[in-house]
Amino acid sequence: MTTALQLLIRRRSGIHGRQNATGWLFIAPVVIILGLFLALPVAMAAWVSVSDWTGRGSPFSAATNFVGTENYSAILSGGGLAERDFGTALRNNFYYVILTVPLQTALSLLLAVLVNRRILKGRGFFRTAFYFPSVTSSVAITVLWLFLFSASGVVNKLLALVGVAGPNWFQDPNGVLHLIAGSLGVTTPPATLASNTLLGVSWWEWLSGPSVAMSAFILMAVFTTSGTFMLLFIAALQNLRGELEEAAMLDGASGWQRFWYVTLPMLRPTLFTVITLGLIGTWQVFDQIYTGTQGGPAKTTLTPAYLSFSTAFNNQQWGQGAAIGFLLFAIIIFFAIIQRLILRERTTVPRRKRFNPPPPKGGTK
Amino acid sequence: MARTRTLKMITGAAAVVGALALSACGSGFSSPATSGSADAAGSGPISVLIGSSGEAETTAVKSAVADWSKTSGTEASVAVASDMVQQLSQGFASGKPADVFYVSTDQFSGFAANGSLEPYGDSLANKDDFYPGLAKAFNYDGKLYCAPKDFSTLSLVINTDKWAAAGLTDADVPTDWDGLASAAKKLTDGPTTGLAFSPEIARIGAFFPQAGGSFVSEDGKTATLNSPENVEALGFVKSLLTDGTAKYSSDLGAGWGGEAFGKGLSAMTIEGNWIGGALSKDFPDVKYRTVELPAGPQGKGTLQFTNCWGIAADSKNKPAAKKLVEQLTSTQSQIGFAKAFGVMPSVQSAAAEFKSEFPAQAASLAGAEYAQTLPSQPGAADVIKDLNAKLATLKTSDPKTILDAVQTEMTAVLAK
Repeated sequence: MTTALQLLIRRRSGIHGRQNATGWLFIAPVVIILGLFLALPVAMAAWVSVSDWTGRGSPFSAATNFVGTENYSAILSGGGLAERDFGTALRNNFYYVILTVPLQTALSLLLAVLVNRRILKGRGFFRTAFYFPSVTSSVAITVLWLFLFSASGVVNKLLALVGVAGPNWFQDPNGVLHLIAGSLGVTTPPATLASNTLLGVSWWEWLSGPSVAMSAFILMAVFTTSGTFMLLFIAALQNLRGELEEAAMLDGASGWQRFWYVTLPMLRPTLFTVITLGLIGTWQVFDQIYTGTQGGPAKTTLTPAYLSFSTAFNNQQWGQGAAIGFLLFAIIIFFAIIQRLILRERTTVPRRKRFNPPPPKGGTK
Repeated sequence: MARTRTLKMITGAAAVVGALALSACGSGFSSPATSGSADAAGSGPISVLIGSSGEAETTAVKSAVADWSKTSGTEASVAVASDMVQQLSQGFASGKPADVFYVSTDQFSGFAANGSLEPYGDSLANKDDFYPGLAKAFNYDGKLYCAPKDFSTLSLVINTDKWAAAGLTDADVPTDWDGLASAAKKLTDGPTTGLAFSPEIARIGAFFPQAGGSFVSEDGKTATLNSPENVEALGFVKSLLTDGTAKYSSDLGAGWGGEAFGKGLSAMTIEGNWIGGALSKDFPDVKYRTVELPAGPQGKGTLQFTNCWGIAADSKNKPAAKKLVEQLTSTQSQIGFAKAFGVMPSVQSAAAEFKSEFPAQAASLAGAEYAQTLPSQPGAADVIKDLNAKLATLKTSDPKTILDAVQTEMTAVLAK
């Protein structure tokens, strides 16, 4: 008893207690700011997503009622336009992510390796040039892109030089995979694909691939973000120790082997960062859509982030808009976990990655 | 021990943050004003929020409001919105919206349904002067919510140089669908397409009433989108597109019909009155004339577009706001707006003066007699958006399939 009491007193008046209080005092501004501008809006949005708030007055007023999962079920199983729009937006964004993230990661790594070479002259110039699109506002780049990819724009003029009739990029709603299927003679969907639906969108539509318009956005995303991620990779590359590379050289590894078996594994933490940031950024794509196409043509550039905005602001369906936001959050978390599982450190080196595969053991297997 | 303390600290901090945040919230949001305060005397300055088409409109509205401010003695200011819907929504949510503002037909029902708009229309002095078709667009639950600001109708715009070059005369001006198809065919020449219009129902929909069709029934309760008349109309548009005598402006690399027309990519287009201002600004050398849209099998038909002057239910000075709207929709003000930025007055008493002042726009005004409005019921804007998405591929789709799909959607929306 006494010891416990003494302990309590000592803690209350002791040096550690004061330290704690001081610590909290120091972090209080951040806690308050984060709470006010992060935790509270999130909590409010969570409430709105399960309420019938109409957008007038406070969402906490008596006029707003709790409606449970009504907003979520309208989006996920309502059978109406809301469900189909969400399905379409997911489809569009899925193709955007699945193409943009690998492309931008590979390109940024390539650029980083190129400009990191000591023998390259004018490295500073190239680094600046490659990084330039990243510091330009995405709205400005979108406008530039609309001009470049217009029906009679520079891109189509260049394509015409090599005898290719370019598409009317931002007005073309045809899916790339559908176009490929069409060129192979498949123009009408197989009955099973056309009749079965997921989230109100038929499987044939799910398999459309990104539309031509979305492809232009994908190219733009790769163009603008590669510079940023190149910077991360350069920083990581310069942290690598030269000895390992030399040791690999002495072992007789070729340039490609040195990159694939030595450099790349050591870049794993950066690779993780780049892919995570890429996934988050691409699932949240909004500015380009808002300034560029507003979801058109034929809703093929509609994304969940833009759909959330337009559902809330244009249609006054604030609950559904907030619900889409939370579903998007869940999707991003899901993909982040998946890629974490794939990229996690393994304690053993897989056999195919070993320089010197262990000699087969004698006897039968 | 230490852990509990930390936990307590965290809880305490969280509570403080929560309290702070809630108090901040309390000042940010205000509860909606109770109903019945409409007649209460208000006070304070009036703020007007407009979504302007350009410098000319901004200047005209600003000077009209300043004039009213001078005679009424109430302070008033005009702000131009960069994103009208977003700024209005933010205003309504915070309880401090602009007092008077533009409301478009597709936004109208959403704002009326959530109680953001003051239903002042029925008490306006000049209520009966508005075109009935326009007033109907701003009816919700049987009440006229806001006063139509002005309006535009679609008509056929013809490039007179290309018309003459194709050997066509005044006698060839199309009065029916066959005339339109043959004129478009004769005008199609090399890079020039006979007819171009934007790939949206706000243009293509003009053919629906010409075939005797409509979007929703007279009482606004039943969807009539997949009627045989509409299928016929859409089939006609599709035949023009597949012939290559008509093209979507987007397929010509233009942002809208007016741009395709101005650039000479098309010899005719279907556009509203606003094309006059756009052409004189961007393509002053293009010579053109405007005629009524050709009649279909069931007579003439066109679409009209309008905005209204909304008054916020949360406005602090509703009586003054109403006075201001009365002034802005008066015959004289509207003639002034028509001169400044080319819109048509929403009041019938201004028709005669408008006609004598702008003889070139007689066709547009004539359209007011039989024009239809796109449905403005809550949720209808979404269906229209979906229809537009489907129309993008009209050339390769079946008109009936398209209309059947949107019929289902519209029925679901109207049932709510």
